[in-house]
Amino acid sequence: MKLRLWGTRGSVAAPGADTARYGGNTSCVEVRGRDGTVLVLDAGTGIRPLGRALGRTVRQVNVLLTHLHMDHIQGLGFFAPLYDPDVETHLWGPASTMLDLRGRLVRYLSPPLFPVHLRDLRRLVLHDLPGGEFDVGEFRVRADRVCHPGFTVGYRVASQDATLAYLSDHEPALGVPRFPLPGDWTSGHALVRGVELLVHDAQYSLAEYPAHVGWGHCALEHALAFARLARVGHLVTFHHDPAHDDDDIDRLTADAMASVRVPFAVTAGAEGATFEL
Amino acid sequence: MSQKPIEVILMRQLASTLAMPIFLVDAGGTLVFYNEPAERVLGMRFDETGELPPGEWATLWVPTEGDGSPLAPERLPLMVAVAERRPAHGEFWIRGMDGERRHIEATAFPLMRLTDQVLGAVVLFWESAS
Repeated sequence: MKLRLWGTRGSVAAPGADTARYGGNTSCVEVRGRDGTVLVLDAGTGIRPLGRALGRTVRQVNVLLTHLHMDHIQGLGFFAPLYDPDVETHLWGPASTMLDLRGRLVRYLSPPLFPVHLRDLRRLVLHDLPGGEFDVGEFRVRADRVCHPGFTVGYRVASQDATLAYLSDHEPALGVPRFPLPGDWTSGHALVRGVELLVHDAQYSLAEYPAHVGWGHCALEHALAFARLARVGHLVTFHHDPAHDDDDIDRLTADAMASVRVPFAVTAGAEGATFEL
Repeated sequence: MSQKPIEVILMRQLASTLAMPIFLVDAGGTLVFYNEPAERVLGMRFDETGELPPGEWATLWVPTEGDGSPLAPERLPLMVAVAERRPAHGEFWIRGMDGERRHIEATAFPLMRLTDQVLGAVVLFWESAS
């Protein structure tokens, strides 16, 4: 499978000269399978350029939402395939206790917040996330709830020859004085264990984390320790804080890697970066 | 080693920060955690017991009626919470691992997921003054 990062920024888009290398678009990752299955992980503002680049041969797109915070759905209404009668878009996301996915999404995709009604997107098929695993094209997908405010999941995506995990918003260290605990007591561990590639929240530095406990995000050092606990092959840090410019991300990543030694590759996620598994 | 459901993990993390004694079991009644205030009442640190199936933890603290007769496990509030998916309250006696006999009041509630799947139960308990 192939991955491309279309948006790596957390919380809110942060365009500008000082964020040009890592990118200013919010969460969106494209995953392509050998047989052409197209998965899109989250619909932040990065999904807009992805929609333009998909190509005319794609007839089905499968979008998996981790949760419905604005930075993960804001690009949805600007995703060109939703308005193309030749393309069917399947959208998976978590329901809440009281509302299904449609009921939750329509709060954003309707006037006055957005001029187009969800019901007018004729080739959009919505799916409340089922429990356990399900198949999307050639991929076996597992969604599980993870530690982040609201109804939030992480994904494990497996093909015949590769496995990745995507936990864009995750605070596994919440309430844990000496992180990490063993894997069975660590949020997200079962999703991530042994994957070749992990795309994971790394919004804060360890120094910034205490002022943001409970906000649902991860310090870089926690992301490294979590990935080490789960024995991943490669960690791609993600959901960069909008207050961090490119130089900050370079410096904070180097500092974290100096304090938490890990036996795997670490890449600070940059918009446009590609990975082949 | 399988990962606990996120709701159980968060419950343990919350219990770890609270001053009330809290005891946490999974859907099968297996003891998966109790906090430091509970350690004082039970007379043993959680690190010493670890996880225990219901047949074992019930014999450690031997819940009894006031007259000393054994309390049936299914009458324990947390077992009611798991089995009947409802809050439950009760009084009973235990003998802590420190040898002290204590009068306990306990309130339990089930941990349930959206799908009504029972993930376990939580019991808050106090050593009664009587």
